[in-house]
Amino acid sequence: MLTIKRYVRAQSLDEAYTLCQKRANVVLGGMLWLKTQNRTVDTAIDLSDLGLDAIEETPDAFRIGAMVTLRQLEQHPGLDALTCGALAESVRPIVGVQFRNLATLGGSLYGRFGFSDLLTLFLVLDAAVELHHGGTVPLADYAARPYERDILTHVVVPKQPGRVAYRAQRNIATDIPVLTCAVAVRPDGVNCAIGARPMKAQLYPGDASLLAGGITPRSADAFGESIAAQVPFGSNLRAGADYRRAVCPVLVRRALLACKEEA
Amino acid sequence: MAELKTVGKGMRKKDAMNLLLGKPAFTEDVTPRDCLVVKVLRSPHAHALIRSIRTDLALKVPGMVAVYTYADVPQNRYTNAGQTYPEPSPHDRLILDRRVRFVGDAVAILAGETEQAVDKAMKLVKVDYEVLPAVLDPHTAKDNPILVHPEADWQALCPVGADNKRNLVASETCGDGDVEAVLADCDVVVDHVWHTKACQQAMMETFRTYTEIDPYGRLHVISSTQIVFHVRRILSIALGIPKSKIHVEKPRIGGGFGAKQTSVSEVYPAFVTWKTGRPARIVYSRRECQIAGSPRHEMEVHVRLGADKDGRIRALDVYTLSNSGAYSEHGPTTVGLSGHKSIPLYTGSLEAFRFGYDVVYTNVQAAGAYRGYGATQGIFAVESAVNELADRLGIDPVKLREQNMVREGMIMPAYYNEPANACALDRCMARCKELFHWEEKFPVRDMGNGKVRAAGVAMAMQGSGISGVDVGSATVKLSDDGSYNLIIGAADMGTGCDTILAQMVAECMDCDLDNVAVFGADSDASPYDSGSYASSTTYVTGKAVEKACQQLKEQLCTLAAESLGCTPAELEFTGKAVRRCDGTAQISLAELAVKSQCANNTAVQVTATHSSPVSPPPFMVGMVEIELDKETGSVTVLDYKAVVDCGTPINPNLARVQTEGGIVQGIGMALYEDVSYTDKGRIRGDSFLQYKIPTRLDMGHLQVEFESSYEPTGPFGAKSIGEIVINTPSPALAQAIYRASGVWVRELPITPEKILLGMRAKAE
Amino acid sequence: MEIQLKLNGRPVRDSIDADTLLIDFVRAHGCASVKRGCETSNCGLCTVLLDGKPVLSCSVLAARADGHEVQTLEGLQAEAEAFVGFIADQGAEQCGFCNPGYVMNTIALLRENPDPTDDEIRAYLAGNLCRCSGYEGQLRGIRAFLNTRNQAKEENDRG
Repeated sequence: MLTIKRYVRAQSLDEAYTLCQKRANVVLGGMLWLKTQNRTVDTAIDLSDLGLDAIEETPDAFRIGAMVTLRQLEQHPGLDALTCGALAESVRPIVGVQFRNLATLGGSLYGRFGFSDLLTLFLVLDAAVELHHGGTVPLADYAARPYERDILTHVVVPKQPGRVAYRAQRNIATDIPVLTCAVAVRPDGVNCAIGARPMKAQLYPGDASLLAGGITPRSADAFGESIAAQVPFGSNLRAGADYRRAVCPVLVRRALLACKEEA
Repeated sequence: MAELKTVGKGMRKKDAMNLLLGKPAFTEDVTPRDCLVVKVLRSPHAHALIRSIRTDLALKVPGMVAVYTYADVPQNRYTNAGQTYPEPSPHDRLILDRRVRFVGDAVAILAGETEQAVDKAMKLVKVDYEVLPAVLDPHTAKDNPILVHPEADWQALCPVGADNKRNLVASETCGDGDVEAVLADCDVVVDHVWHTKACQQAMMETFRTYTEIDPYGRLHVISSTQIVFHVRRILSIALGIPKSKIHVEKPRIGGGFGAKQTSVSEVYPAFVTWKTGRPARIVYSRRECQIAGSPRHEMEVHVRLGADKDGRIRALDVYTLSNSGAYSEHGPTTVGLSGHKSIPLYTGSLEAFRFGYDVVYTNVQAAGAYRGYGATQGIFAVESAVNELADRLGIDPVKLREQNMVREGMIMPAYYNEPANACALDRCMARCKELFHWEEKFPVRDMGNGKVRAAGVAMAMQGSGISGVDVGSATVKLSDDGSYNLIIGAADMGTGCDTILAQMVAECMDCDLDNVAVFGADSDASPYDSGSYASSTTYVTGKAVEKACQQLKEQLCTLAAESLGCTPAELEFTGKAVRRCDGTAQISLAELAVKSQCANNTAVQVTATHSSPVSPPPFMVGMVEIELDKETGSVTVLDYKAVVDCGTPINPNLARVQTEGGIVQGIGMALYEDVSYTDKGRIRGDSFLQYKIPTRLDMGHLQVEFESSYEPTGPFGAKSIGEIVINTPSPALAQAIYRASGVWVRELPITPEKILLGMRAKAE
Repeated sequence: MEIQLKLNGRPVRDSIDADTLLIDFVRAHGCASVKRGCETSNCGLCTVLLDGKPVLSCSVLAARADGHEVQTLEGLQAEAEAFVGFIADQGAEQCGFCNPGYVMNTIALLRENPDPTDDEIRAYLAGNLCRCSGYEGQLRGIRAFLNTRNQAKEENDRG
């Protein structure tokens, strides 16, 4: 059971930052994961008043506030175009509309959950996170770090050419995924992230030379195998490592071919 | 027979609009907020003895009123199973025991003014456990030196083969003919073991109960239960107080599916109220429902099916090992259905059968009653065996069934020699085949991209009430304005029995459904009814309604005879009035009702009771089409068609929704709902995050039709519908998945992992 | 702490704990339609509209609703009555415990997308669990409502 002693709606990022330095204090995202935990929180810090719920578009990038909900992401035309629909595809299976109206991008990325669909996708988008004190950090670096006591304020997704696709394996609709896979095919190469291994998502290079002759069913398959060979898999309630290992190249191949079809 | 006006019509449920508009109706909505909050401290160990337990610190928390331990409770062993006394389930429980028998077993009862106080106090109860080795594997339970119930006062009230010194809840073998000889003579024997898990009913409203002392000093219990009368008896034994001191009623129930046929939550607030004199309420968390509820019995069903090359099914040998968990609830009875409601489907050609079982105690959550009640598990095994036979013989599984199925008029030796008086199973199969386009869909079709489509089929049966046991009663009375009150002890848990039984009154009394008000269920006010379980309400209580109406008409004629100055024999009941058969005079019902309230000695109220010596089976055929992703093992259910023979559907809308709901629960059991334990016996799927029931994206399209037979012993020819509907998805899906993948998965649920790794293992 | 919000159009001011959840707050203020079915944000029974958007009230701190507008089925009876009769005509309400959450989310769906396809209905309501009905009857009810409404509109437009 979650117990919260004090609730503060921060009036500035500095206030939120100061409050979050205490170990017993917590910054609220959508509160969906926090709520399932058995812990006592001294001060719950709410960022709702800080204007972090907007998606700004600049000539080079989208700058997404940490409090933007999954539902906002799902429905944003600019992000939809940039990700070739992959963003909506990645969040749509997450529980339900009412859940996605609460869950935030900041909470999802800060949590660096093993099962995170969004972390998987944003990794291949070359996203960076803006921390109130820590400055801008590439998401891949941020994801690998231990939890820090800083405020994640924005996520920046650069506009760049290329195609993106997202595939996830679930045992049942709206469940936590058994395996996630995002692929971005860019003029300078291919980005591939695998998550829900069940450990958290990471970028894996695979053997890019396999795709030198173009993306074909055969080359995509070989590339998928090369990714699967690099990924450490584990077991949990939802599936074992062997199954994840078996499905991984399939998702990679399908995502790659989807990028090609759309191109 | 005259044309029916109300029965057979898809009338709206009487409470439908209020439920849809969210009006207060459920236990937590209609009982006072101002009451003690009751919670239960639960064991973290699968098997332990409490060495000591300290409650003083917990009691110091402001707002705490009481903390009870095993030292505080009466020493009367009882069972929580809602069954007719003497219960077949051995009496093996205390309200709180020194020995805890599963992770989640009750250790202490806490009561406080607020939830916060109770939660805080919960952490301050200090328990010193002597952790004991646990029996976690049902295969090793029988004759294991570790005993789940070593206590001397354990008691089996019925001869069910129970023996606590052997960890046995029940054991029996029965049969007809020489199974071994016939099997030896068969061309083909299919011989496998099928395994089903302890699935949760997962009704949306968790267990909950409110208790108070009424103005007469009696214990008043308002609970979400299917069994008000059984709860009264169970509480009486557990608390050691007379039944006359207990009054149990149920408001609207947020789903039951059998879970609330066990008295899971009632005793805790009841004990608190009885001790403190104060109103109290317990509301189970979803987690408590998952770990300390009353789920389906895990079963392993070993089938040996013998047949000739031409597809004649000649022998069935079924042995079931059922896991009752830490307590006996429904253990001795559920297991019987695994054979008695699967084997008779093949009465058509069967020469011999044998059915044996052991039901064992283990140190996991106690099982109970869940829709299908053992038939679901047995039918998964036997129907799968038949599908495997079809595959081995290269015979279409529909044809194979047409060749062997039970048909109207046959005596069913494996079903207590009952006759199939009303059986449209053959028509169900023919219609389903047509509706589903079986000929087109049974062949495996490659859709490209690694996707294939395939189909599966299964038949099912169930019972209608427990023959020679279940009692249904109804009171029908005339009110001032010529309307009727129907008072029942059966419990509408959302299924619509209040409306269905009122439809019968409207039909019998020739009035509008709006003219019948329904009340139930209340142990003080309702006539005795076993309760709503075992697919009994429409069939058993419905017949009581029919009888009550018949008698009421006679009484109305008696009363009218006084006014009209003739004998009752000269009168007839017309629905709006009682009139002389010659048409010369009449008295309206409203006038009669008013007359009945002044200087009258004739009651305008009748209570009738009914019990049936038989339990006529409803029958059903289900067919499913799936798409399998051969590269990931993912199964998409595309289309489910079902045709049901429930006798006369009293309300076809409600019968249809029962069927659809049961099919989706069955799909959940077949594909998604897994129950696994840690090596310490803790259930891993203890929430809706981890225990996944189907959403509306997981069930494809459903289509249900009825092929009615007419059951002569049922009201208006009705049989039952509530339980049978969960039985076909598991075997039908297992077959479709085999057709698509080449792998028979004989353990539920059939996950993508089992399919894909099975395909790979086969390829190697 | 003290909060003030608009509940079904009426201003409500009350003192709460920091960890009071919105579901418990609205139930304490007479909105018994809001039900709890799980502790893990998976069932959809507790759906309310927060500033017009459907959310899980079991996962929102009441404190977070301070200064905002909350609507429950108690406040949207007329909007619900327009379509729930069609669900009753299917018998798909069944036990009724999931109904308020499901009806609230259907209201949200129809406001956002007045003429949804069957697949859009399924997708939008995917977070509303129901254990009784098997979902098909709920869909038939909504479909019947939409068809009836669209037909009436067509006739209106023609006439």
